[in-house]
Amino acid sequence: MKIEVKNLSKKYRNKVALNDISFSLEEPKIYGLLGRNGAGKTTFMDILSGQILESGGEILIDGENPFDNQRLTESICLIKEGQNFKKDLTVKNVLKIYSYFYPNWDQGLAESLIDEYNLNPNSKVKTLSKGMESALGITVGLASKAPITIFDEPYIGLDAPSRKRFYEIMLEEYQSAPRTIILSTHLIDEVSLLFEEVLILSEGSLVLQEESEILRNSTIAISGTIDEVEQFIEGKEVIEKKTLAGMMTAYVYGTVEEAKMHGLDVEGVPIQELMIYLTERKKGA
Amino acid sequence: MKNRLDDSKPIFLQIKEQIEDSIINGNIHAGERVPSTNEFAAYYKINPATAAKGINELVHEEILFKRRGVGMFVTEDAKEILIEKRKQSFYENYMLPLKEEAQKLRISAEELREMVNREDAFDED
Repeated sequence: MKIEVKNLSKKYRNKVALNDISFSLEEPKIYGLLGRNGAGKTTFMDILSGQILESGGEILIDGENPFDNQRLTESICLIKEGQNFKKDLTVKNVLKIYSYFYPNWDQGLAESLIDEYNLNPNSKVKTLSKGMESALGITVGLASKAPITIFDEPYIGLDAPSRKRFYEIMLEEYQSAPRTIILSTHLIDEVSLLFEEVLILSEGSLVLQEESEILRNSTIAISGTIDEVEQFIEGKEVIEKKTLAGMMTAYVYGTVEEAKMHGLDVEGVPIQELMIYLTERKKGA
Repeated sequence: MKNRLDDSKPIFLQIKEQIEDSIINGNIHAGERVPSTNEFAAYYKINPATAAKGINELVHEEILFKRRGVGMFVTEDAKEILIEKRKQSFYENYMLPLKEEAQKLRISAEELREMVNREDAFDED
């Protein structure tokens, strides 16, 4: 399903959460939605899934606004950090309710995930630990098979092996039937290899949308004497630079080959680091 | 096989290099099947589109060929093509850094030659 975001804004009483962002997601891909706390990620996902209304601009999913739109909302599944389910429901009933709501619901997958994560079908949501509640969220998100599945930090309280299983199963599901998966996370190092495309929000604005492979190929960290590095980065877009004892490291847009030709020490920049440098609040200015 | 990939370099290149290494080292022979896109994706937990890009480039370079519905296989000439390609970048990738480091350590050209000629320089294994 095609997602078009046009000049989208969201203002709360005294705060701008999203400031005129525009982009589109055309293909069923795994997207990484990254940014620091308060960058506007959750607000964006809430609007995308039709749960809140924008203040300006619009989101169109296959040409329609998702707010209060039953036909669209059954194609979108948003799993949040917590409070996804009513406290008094049992695990079994949560699955039943969602199975009515999502036309592509995969009950077999849901049951095998419940089993894998050791969730008792008869336990009430309020008796589950944080990690178990997260596991239930992940189960619902994956089993929904919604053409647009959105995970907003879905694994609070889940240990590393359980998260690893989540990534594995998400990948398997994506391979057997590609769909749009938007994953918002702070644990970028764990999942960045799964992203086909990355979006970075900072203070309500979109600062980057790019294929991950292009990012890996076009951002470099170069080191050398201050003079050498300054010379190389002249006229280039510099993301960050730091100096120590007459040496300088600069993060710029450029290729490894280019830097090597200048005889500089060069490394690629992992997506996690790129996100940090792109969203660090500039002090003073 | 590497155990994990490096997030700071294009992943498709790393997948490509892995397959190339396996062919050059003789771990996979001409006519044999290489892992599929999905197998690579599952093994390394990487995006399938990325794995596919690495494999497709090898098809384009006639290192691999596709048999419909069966998978990807190593071509007859794959090893020769790869060795030729690696030879061309050998000077740049290995000799230049070696010379640079030698210079830093004030190792003379003669000393360097002598090291290359040492009997244990080649492991006849």
